[in-house]
Amino acid sequence: MIITNTEEIPGKVILDCHGIVSGSTVRAKHVGRDIMAGLKNIVGGELVGYTELLIEAREEAHQRMQEQAVQLGANAIVNVRFSTSSVAAGASEIYIYGTAVTVE
Amino acid sequence: MIDLYILLALVVTGYVVGQFLEKRHYRSIYEREAELVAIPTTSSKRPIGPIPDQVRAQLVEGACVISVDYFKRFVAGLRQIFGGNVRSYETLVDRSRREAILRLKESCANADQIINLRIETSSITKGKRGQVGAIEIHAYATALYFYSQ
Repeated sequence: MIITNTEEIPGKVILDCHGIVSGSTVRAKHVGRDIMAGLKNIVGGELVGYTELLIEAREEAHQRMQEQAVQLGANAIVNVRFSTSSVAAGASEIYIYGTAVTVE
Repeated sequence: MIDLYILLALVVTGYVVGQFLEKRHYRSIYEREAELVAIPTTSSKRPIGPIPDQVRAQLVEGACVISVDYFKRFVAGLRQIFGGNVRSYETLVDRSRREAILRLKESCANADQIINLRIETSSITKGKRGQVGAIEIHAYATALYFYSQ
């Protein structure tokens, strides 16, 4: 599966388009991480726990999008976009979408 | 009175430790940026210059969550009275963007080109009262690997 965020894949020709595929996850932080982040807020800097959490969430959303593309019989996803929104205090949604296509 | 002392202690700790961490982070950013400067990176959709027939394209990402320290928050609070540039937040966002881009580049250190770089900023602690803001920077791009025949 070739995944890119460009409209076309350099050096390849798009033969068929299968429409939009997407994947999303909503993740909440657990209390331990929240407390650690609260302490870290005094001195500032990177919140490693949150970075990892969001990376995991993104991987899962990515996986879901890819499964959908496989179901449609696509072998590539182009023009992938990410969006993050906070649905409630302490929980954020990661949403990934792209266009499933068949390339030669 | 005790409240005031606690606030003062937090501000001083934030200043001393925060400044130290920031300096150290900037040093590491400069070093790593110099190492990775050789990969042509662009935010345009097309590759730079002619490309060979055999190309492998791959989505690459880098992310970084960063929070403000107590001192910066305090200074920004004062700034809001008079308005103007909040320098203390500017360095924070700058650091975290550059860190995210560096992580993206490090994940594909052998790539020949990186195209269509996009950077997205989101606040992850929005809506929580009394909590200092943390922002997430997410950078994503397409890495191209060239194969010569």
